[in-house]
Order: sequence, then C-alpha cells, then structure tokens
Amino acid sequence: MIDQLKHNFKTFETSLNGATKSNWHELRTEAFEAFAKNGFPKPKDEEYRYTQIARALEKTFDFSATPVAIDAVHGNKPLFYDSDAIHVFIDNGVVQKDSLTHTELDAIEIMTLEEATNKYPEEVKAHFGKYANVQKDPFTALNTAFSYEGVFIKVTKNTKIERPVLLHYSTDGNNSISQSRNLILVEQGAEVSIIESHTSHGDSAHFSNHVSEIVVGANANFNGYKLQHQHDKSYHVDNTFISQDRDSKAQTYTLTLEGKLIRNNLNFALEDENCEAHMFGLYVVRDNGHVDNHTNVDHKMPKCYSNEIYKGILDDKAKGVFNGKIFVRQDAQKTNAFQSNKNILLTDTASINTKPQLEIWADDVSCSHGCTTGQLDEEQLFYLRSRGVSKSSATAMLLHAFVNDVLDKINISFLHNFINEEISKRLD
Amino acid sequence: MLSIKNLHAEIEGQQILKGINLEVKAGEVHAIMGPNGSGKSTLASVLAGREEYEVTEGEVTFLGKDILDLAPEDRAHEGLFLAFQYPVEIPGVSSNNFLRTALNQTREYKGLEPLDAVNFLKLMKEKMALVEIDQKLINRSLNEGFSGGEKKRNEIFQMAVLEPKLSILDETDSGLDIDALRIVANGVNKLKSPDNATILVTHYQRLLDHIVPDFVHVLYNGQIVKSGDKSLALELEDKGYDWIKEEVDATIS
Ligand SMILES: Nc1ncnc2c1ncn2[C@@H]1O[C@H](COP(=O)(O)OP(=O)(O)O)[C@@H](O)[C@H]1O
Ligand SMILES: [Mg+2]
Repeated sequence: MIDQLKHNFKTFETSLNGATKSNWHELRTEAFEAFAKNGFPKPKDEEYRYTQIARALEKTFDFSATPVAIDAVHGNKPLFYDSDAIHVFIDNGVVQKDSLTHTELDAIEIMTLEEATNKYPEEVKAHFGKYANVQKDPFTALNTAFSYEGVFIKVTKNTKIERPVLLHYSTDGNNSISQSRNLILVEQGAEVSIIESHTSHGDSAHFSNHVSEIVVGANANFNGYKLQHQHDKSYHVDNTFISQDRDSKAQTYTLTLEGKLIRNNLNFALEDENCEAHMFGLYVVRDNGHVDNHTNVDHKMPKCYSNEIYKGILDDKAKGVFNGKIFVRQDAQKTNAFQSNKNILLTDTASINTKPQLEIWADDVSCSHGCTTGQLDEEQLFYLRSRGVSKSSATAMLLHAFVNDVLDKINISFLHNFINEEISKRLD
Repeated sequence: MLSIKNLHAEIEGQQILKGINLEVKAGEVHAIMGPNGSGKSTLASVLAGREEYEVTEGEVTFLGKDILDLAPEDRAHEGLFLAFQYPVEIPGVSSNNFLRTALNQTREYKGLEPLDAVNFLKLMKEKMALVEIDQKLINRSLNEGFSGGEKKRNEIFQMAVLEPKLSILDETDSGLDIDALRIVANGVNKLKSPDNATILVTHYQRLLDHIVPDFVHVLYNGQIVKSGDKSLALELEDKGYDWIKEEVDATIS
C-alpha cells in the first residue's frame, strides 16, 4: 500500500503544479515521509491498541485512488439546516466553492485554504501544519501529505460572530476515501461558534480523514461543535488541534451518534496563563459501532483550567474507548484540571475501555478524575415503572437524564433540539 | 379488592415471606405493623412487582385479576400504588414530565384520552393544594436533594395525582414531624372513598390517630400472626412486640 501511495504522492505533487520550494510543499513532503516511515498504526501500537483500525482500512479501501476527490455529492440533503447559520458545504472532502458566499461578512472570512495562501500568506505560513504533529499521528501525516485545500476561517479581532458557522461534511463514496482540512484563526478577543456536521450518504463504505487546526487568540472565545452522524459503514478519523493563548476560552462538544468506526484525537495546548478549556463528549453507539475518544490537554503555563465531561451509552455489541490525558508541565502551577467519563452499557455484549492518564510535573495543582461504567439503576427503573411508566419509557427517561448534563451545555438551540430529537429517537 | 393467599417469597435464596394471607375490601383501611425485618417492605415490593423477589408459592388477585405475572407498570395501571419507605432520587428526570407520562400511560391503558398540558397543569395545581406541597419541589428533579419528609410528601402527592384503587403506604409516617404527619394523613383521608382501599405499614400508633384503620395486622417473621381492630394497635403501642414474639415462638416450639 505504501508503494502505491508513494506513486500517488508524486502524481499529486506534480498535479498541484505548485512551487516546489514553497513552505507547504515542504510540509507535505515531511508529512509523507513520516507516513511512509510509520505507516498505519501497528496492532501493538499503544495509542491505537483498542482500535484496530489499520486492518479494517486496508481490507475495505483501495488506497490507489488517494486522494483524488470524487464528484461532489449532488442533491444530498444536509443533516440539518438552520437559516440562522452561515453554511459551507464540503463534499467528499472538497469545499463547494459556490457555498462560500460569505465574503460580504466583514468580521469573518471564510475561504478555501488555497485562496488563503494568496490572500493571507503570512497567516497560513505561521499556522498551517504548526499544531498538527505529523510525527505523532499517522492519520494527521496522511492528511497533511495530501492536503491542498480545505476550509480557512479567520475571525477578526474583538468581534463576536453571532451566527454559528455550519460546516456540512457529506460523503457518498463507493469504498472511497476522502480527506478534509480546516484552519481556523480566532483572533484576539474574537468569539465564534463553529459546527461541523459529518454525515454520509448511500450505503457503501467510506473512510474520511479529517484534520482541524484551531488557533484561539488572547482573550478570545471559541465554541467547536462536532456532530458525527454517519452511517454504519463509515470509518472516520478526526484529529483536532486547539492552541490557546492567554485568557482565552474554548469549548468543544464531540457528539457521536452513528458510524462503524470513529476515532477522535482531540488535542488542547494551553500555551499561556489563565486559559479555560472545556471538553464535552457524548456518544450513543449501537450495533457493531466503535467509538474511540482520545483527548489530550497539555497544561503548559500557570493558572489554566481544563474541564472534561464525556458520557456514553453503548447498546448491542457497540464498543467504546476513552482515553483522557492530562499533562501538567513543571511551569503550569495552579493548574486546575477535572475529568470525568461515565458510561452505561445496555447489553452484556457492549463494552467500554476507559482510562485516565495523568502526568503531572508541577506541585501546586488541583486535579481530579473519575470514570464509571454500569447498567441502568434498577431501583430507579422500578420506581418509575411502579408509577405506571412503561419499561421502555422509563429506560428512555433515565438515559435522557444521564446525557442531559452534557446536552444542556449545547448553547445553540437548533443544534440542541436536533440532537435531543435524534437521541430521543434512539432511546424511546 | 385484594386477596393474598399463602404468599411465599424469597430473595437470593432466602425465604422472607412465609405464607401471607390477607383480604382487603373496597373502602377499608388496613394497618400492618410488626418489628423491623419481619417482611413488611418485602410484602409491599412483591405486590408492586419488584423483580428481585421470587414468589415461590401462593397467589395474589387484585380486582379479580391474578397480578403476579403482571409487569410493575401494569399493576400500577390496574390501580395499585406503593408509597415507598425509601423513595429513590432520580436526578435529571423532571417530576412534571415523569408524572405526566405515568398518568397518561395509565389513562391509555384504561382506554382514556391523554390529558393535555393545560388540563394536566390544572390537575397538578389541585393536587398540590390537597397535599400542601410546594410547587418548587415539583419543579425540581424527582426527589433530588429532597429531605426525608419532602420525599414522603411527594409520594402522597403522586398518589393524589394517580388516584389508585389500592394504596400501600410503607412507613410514610417515619421521619415526619407532627405537622407533616397531619398533612400526609389529611391527604390520605381526603383521597379515601368507598371505592378504594389503603394499606398502612407503620410502626407507630400516632399515624393511626389520624387515619383510623378498620383492621390491624401484625406481621412477624414472614407471616401475619395476629389480626384485630384498632385496639390491637393501642395494645402494641402499650406492650411492644415481645409478647407476640413469645406467643408465636411458643406455638412453633
Ligand atoms: N434485597 C435483599 N437482599 C437480602 N435480604 C433482604 C433484602 N431485602 C430485605 N431482605 C431481608 O428480608 C427481611 C425483611 O426485610 P423487610 O421486608 O425490609 O422488613 P421490614 O420492612 O418489615 O422491616 C430482612 O431480614 C431483610 O434483611
Ligand atoms: Mg420496611
């Protein structure tokens, strides 16, 4: 496969016809070399131990076509729509240029990465590929190696964008592969909410490999919602890198409802003092679905706060993996870090592997974590039923109660309603 | 209304109920008293359909129907209500939503139209006044952070809303101060009618000063060992249970 990809990489680079000495070209080459050297995660790879993705990918997908995009997904309805939002459509990894009609908005700029290299060459050079470490994760490497476009968003400093930006990712590939890429710059004192909605059409397998780099400036506020609602033949790997400057705030919401195999690597780097990072996660998985959330928050400087709440409901033969790493460096005194992962297994065949990973090098730190895995509470179930509530309604009520403290954190009402309804459909 | 014949039940292989016989007719109030651990709550749970308990012998008919094979929710739909000794807290489930679902699923079972939001609210207001419960409690998650007394009052409130045929109140009086006890007793008395019946599980005479029982039974070691009228409760208050235990133990040996 690597040989095939080497050939592809050459063809790809030539097809871009770009200046071979450009900064981006060097990044691609470095990334491809990293990928060629390491390949996909090996069976014993500690980071992917519970998610044996390589075998599944090599068995299911033909990498000879990478990364040539297939035609746009025409006529597919987005997962949800709200006229209030700013919409961008990304089909099989390709940004639909005609959906980028937002240039008239003065406080926010949305364009393809390719356009951005012309319009904002300094910014792109300073940030693109700077956070997405190609040595650490092979999927990040593969993504960077074949990157040439993607979504670029720049929020002008000291402005608050009231309308959420809604990025619709659709795939409808025929055992195909797509890669997508974001670079989001939230300048000093700016505020924005960005929703990524990942969905798949048709009924054949698809692998989407997504990378986002998000730079949150001093005193800025970023809300990142990620809705993963693909179908049961979808493989999806997400690598998100968030870098926060001083006094900034970032909230991420990783909401996973459907997919065959999903791996999320969420990385926070708290680069300066007084940052606040909140990670909320919710996964409701069924059948043979497999959802793996790896989060990593790197406390580099003092007085930052990180807070993580992930909750999961696993049904049928679903598998879940949670790995939450909190890294507190020596300089990061007065760090306050909290982490919690709670799971409900609805069957004997569902399973979860949950592991906190704390590495603390500073001494004045307040850190707590906890994880629980269990069934529904029999006493609560009986109480509700004894009042005349059917077993299925009672189960749904308790599951709703379980997920509610994460759901209630979703501040965008149309998104909250959509997810609430989707979850109700699943639980009732 | 309720007929229990030779009821035996066990949990984790341990026999708790050892042949209970009890007849309850419409319009009656029965008190079940007895020392701790004698099986009163077990009896209540078995009647309500708790699956952890296994009925090994005997039968229970309620309004002419064998209920032992019914799911707990269907027993409730038939008109059975259990006010729990220890009501469980359910964070995240709103009292309102829960009660509305309970009520409407019961109505559906009976072939009635569901109550709409407006009429449901009206009913809630009316019943809240009846049992003197604060709206603030109802607005919270079910029993979450309630004091012992508030939980008991909430049980009676739910009973008022659901209007069961047979209510089993398992030590609803314990942990209540005099005022709360009076309010709960008032609520029960107001809900009493010739068509429904009440079983009060209690340790104390003081509840029976407010709700006067037609029959008093003593449950000891999984059996009803003595039955009488309200004077039996007074006698128990006076003399305790030891004389009954001795009587029973003497008959056995
Ligand atoms: N879940 C259970 N597992 C094992 N034993 C139980 C359980 N519940 C009750 N018991 C036992 O059954 C007996 C009767 O308990 P209970 O019905 O609560 O008595 P009462 O309500 O009369 O005080 C006690 O000996 C108690 O220990
Ligand atoms: Mg008891």
